[in-house]
Amino acid sequence: MSQNISFRDFDWLLVVFVLIICALGVLEIRSATTHTKFAGAHLKQIYWIGAGLVGMLVVSMLNYQMLLERVHWMYIAALASLMSVLIFGQKYLGARRWVKLPGGNHFQPSEWVKLILILAVAKYFADLQQRELSWSDFVKAGAIVGVPMLMVLAQPDLGTALTYLPIAVIGLFLGGLHWKQALVVLVLAGMAMPLAWHKLKPYQKERLVSFMEPDADARGSGYQVKQSLIAVGSGGIFGSSAGSQTHLAFLPVPQTDFIFAAFSEEHGFVGAVGVLLLYFIVLMRLTQNAQTAPDRAGTFLVMGVVAVLTFHILVNVGMVLGFMPVTGIPLPLMSYGGSSVLFMFLALGMVMNVRMRRFVN
Amino acid sequence: MFSRDEKPSQIRLTAVQYIILAIFLLLAYGLWRLQVSQSDMYATLAEQNRIRNVPILAPRGKILDRNGRPIVENYRSMTALLLRDSSRDLNADAELIASGLHLDIKEVREKIRRFAYMPQYQPIYLKEDITPDEEAFIEAHRTELPQLDTIMAYRRLYPLKGFMAHLIGYVGEVSEDMLNQPQFEFYNPGDVVGKSGVELEYNQLLMGKNGSRQVLVNSHGQEVGKPLDEKPAEPGKPLKLTIDVDLQIAAEEALNGKNGAIVAMDPRNGEILAMVSRPTFDANQFAVRISRNNWNQLVNDPDKPLLNKAIQAQLAPGSTFKIIMATAGLQEGVAQDMHVICNGGGEFYGRYFKCWIAARHQTHGEVGISKGIYQSCDVFFYTLAEKLGIGKIAQYATALGLGQKTGIDLPQEVSGVMPSEEWKLRNFRQKWFAGETISVGIGQGAVAATPIQMARAFAAIASGGHVVTPHVTNPTDLPPNVIPAWNPPGELTIPLDPKNWEIITDAMAQVVSPLGTAPASQIKGVDLAGKTGSAQTVSNTLKAKMSASEKAKHKDNGWFVGVEPRRNPEIVVCALFEEGEHGSEAARVASQVVKAFVDKQRKQPTKLANSEKAVEVGAVWSESDETVEKFNSGRFVLELPTKGMPLAMAAPGLQ
Repeated sequence: MSQNISFRDFDWLLVVFVLIICALGVLEIRSATTHTKFAGAHLKQIYWIGAGLVGMLVVSMLNYQMLLERVHWMYIAALASLMSVLIFGQKYLGARRWVKLPGGNHFQPSEWVKLILILAVAKYFADLQQRELSWSDFVKAGAIVGVPMLMVLAQPDLGTALTYLPIAVIGLFLGGLHWKQALVVLVLAGMAMPLAWHKLKPYQKERLVSFMEPDADARGSGYQVKQSLIAVGSGGIFGSSAGSQTHLAFLPVPQTDFIFAAFSEEHGFVGAVGVLLLYFIVLMRLTQNAQTAPDRAGTFLVMGVVAVLTFHILVNVGMVLGFMPVTGIPLPLMSYGGSSVLFMFLALGMVMNVRMRRFVN
Repeated sequence: MFSRDEKPSQIRLTAVQYIILAIFLLLAYGLWRLQVSQSDMYATLAEQNRIRNVPILAPRGKILDRNGRPIVENYRSMTALLLRDSSRDLNADAELIASGLHLDIKEVREKIRRFAYMPQYQPIYLKEDITPDEEAFIEAHRTELPQLDTIMAYRRLYPLKGFMAHLIGYVGEVSEDMLNQPQFEFYNPGDVVGKSGVELEYNQLLMGKNGSRQVLVNSHGQEVGKPLDEKPAEPGKPLKLTIDVDLQIAAEEALNGKNGAIVAMDPRNGEILAMVSRPTFDANQFAVRISRNNWNQLVNDPDKPLLNKAIQAQLAPGSTFKIIMATAGLQEGVAQDMHVICNGGGEFYGRYFKCWIAARHQTHGEVGISKGIYQSCDVFFYTLAEKLGIGKIAQYATALGLGQKTGIDLPQEVSGVMPSEEWKLRNFRQKWFAGETISVGIGQGAVAATPIQMARAFAAIASGGHVVTPHVTNPTDLPPNVIPAWNPPGELTIPLDPKNWEIITDAMAQVVSPLGTAPASQIKGVDLAGKTGSAQTVSNTLKAKMSASEKAKHKDNGWFVGVEPRRNPEIVVCALFEEGEHGSEAARVASQVVKAFVDKQRKQPTKLANSEKAVEVGAVWSESDETVEKFNSGRFVLELPTKGMPLAMAAPGLQ
């Protein structure tokens, strides 16, 4: 099969839009970090993007069918790596999320687990043949995502754990979830909420409280939300750059989770909506690729990427605009950070992989 | 059954697309709300976030003596602050901070703990007036300890050891009470204002106006870039006093180790030349922030170091009052030919009044007005008081300024008491007993006067009846828009008969002669005239009941008021020596001040050229040729370079 693929079928349009978003991200990182101790972060970001592009090419060459065949091994490896973080992980800011590799590098396995979960869910639902989900299918699909999710929660890293959720949701939805099942899940989740509140760490509770009432502690945990709102709001229609929130360091670490706030301040409503439009085009292009996938597994795989990407955008931009609590979820493609950039490009590599094989069979 | 390649439901895929669209519309709406509908509000919030008004503190005006020599100056002082909004664990660095600023670690922790419930924007004042090496420590740790900052303020540098402390006063943060008073209504909490002395009286002149600077600050409160707008501070204006530092030094030294007060004044115009009160306090303690302990110590000290005794001590003037009595007696024509025989006392209104000489088992014998003054015979003045009656005594004493404020431009002056029939009726609803007049005749009983009042009364009598208003600033030295805090009076004059004037002043001169009560205070070649006084602090009957140790506590107050020269004097000095037993001790204190005054006056050339104008000088000089001697003459116009240069210095040939 692999002989038939050609880079003519590579989704060049998608790559162009993705790179425009990346370029805007790099420019904003540069703007936000000049004169700070993070100066030069945009160069590192460019290296990550370069590495991501290479990774994307490599992944697009492997046949996704072959990957799906071996997904159970990968899944076991994912669980093992999460376990290793819990046991050997470096404690940083009260959570174990990183494994120190020889050579001074840090590795955050929870990002890669996302990719494996997309594959695992795609494989599971592709193998299911009935149009309607049985309860046992439902529980099994839930367990595939739920087990690693609980392990990440134990790190604790609520934000990343939540990003696993859309993978399960999209799988179930496209896999034929009945509305009665959805209702049961929602009711159960609602009942579990008070229990979950008790399980939250104090800083997580604080974040939620400050999300509800940002003015309650404007200098404490509500600070970020408030400063983010000020940054976005003061951008106006066309943006402002002189003496901006970002440049005067009112916005904390603007190059990572709050990059959209920094961008919105500098480029205003016009710029911010432009970026949202770019993301929307990318997502629409991805769903189109999902529809043209050669098989059921390919569709699930691409839609898994769509779900994760949409969820990231919703939670991150929602947080910047004050709709969502602060969770520490980066904005894909724009936020500074190697793990996040690499994940996105590898995920896109899988999408390319599916697309390039659309005429096979 | 579906094949493996059965596609998922197209409807659901389309639904996903619509869900994504809905999410993006929601986000776009969020952007619209923030950036379009409410963008003005957020723009304002952002402005407030980043533009900060930083006050530029205006230094207070200097305080200068009559010759422009600085008495009080300012110094730049740094205060170390701990900013609490830098989101750092303050306790973690406490040890490093404490060691760098030479503070006790417990004290630092305690401060952090105490501030825990205060608003975050309030910084902790760690240490005021830090040393250069502590400042260097803060500068060197800017990055590790961003929460540590400094603020610059000008602080008052007062003379050491409480020199002139009462007249100068001190400054402190404006209190809430003061802010409610009309004259302080424009001040803000935190402003440093005068709290006593001329610092209070001329606060408005000295204070200046704080400027401000609009700066861009980052979230750590650090300034970024150039200030946007700057309104410079208007420094306070200097205040020139009438005090002569040389004389002040002499007065301070004369009173060292004693309790009491000295006032030296120019009787011709009321300019205060020196003013000392003892015990004193160190105003520099107040210039930073006085500790509660030190403050309590000052307030509870029985010797009342915060009291300016020159204007706030109301005490029986004792025998110094006899000069006022003599003035009244002579002017009323009663004393001229009055002679009494002093047997160590006399009976008046059925009660026996002792003369002070009786304690030495002596008598004064026959006494007239002059001897009555220089020997300070009590019997003479008992008799005179009996003859004059309280009405006349009060009339003259009041005209000479007793029982009322002198109007000096210093805060919290007290008025003293000059008793009279009306006074007693008004305050005690009782009739005046004639017997009370007798005690008043020797400056005891209900009479109470301040040193400044006595100096003023003596100055008036020795100047022939010209009563001046004491003051520590001259209106000509103040900026034109500043009204002096004292009112130059419609010149008050009680014309003394020249004959009476001579009698009194000659007798005062004899006080320091071998015949008088203060022979040791005579200064050779100086025409010092004055009157001693030893005023009882408790009545004789009470004293008789006291034990020896209690008696020691209630020693008499020594007074001396002297003038120089005896008529139309150029200086009047009043010395109050608390528990100084006798007026002769006070006389020695006062004479030291007079001597310093005279010495300075005589060393100083008196004729000064007016430097505002050029001076025309005529001169004759010879030009010696080899054969003939030629005389030339001419007129020169000399520009005088400096103010106060003696004319002689400007003559040609003298450099």
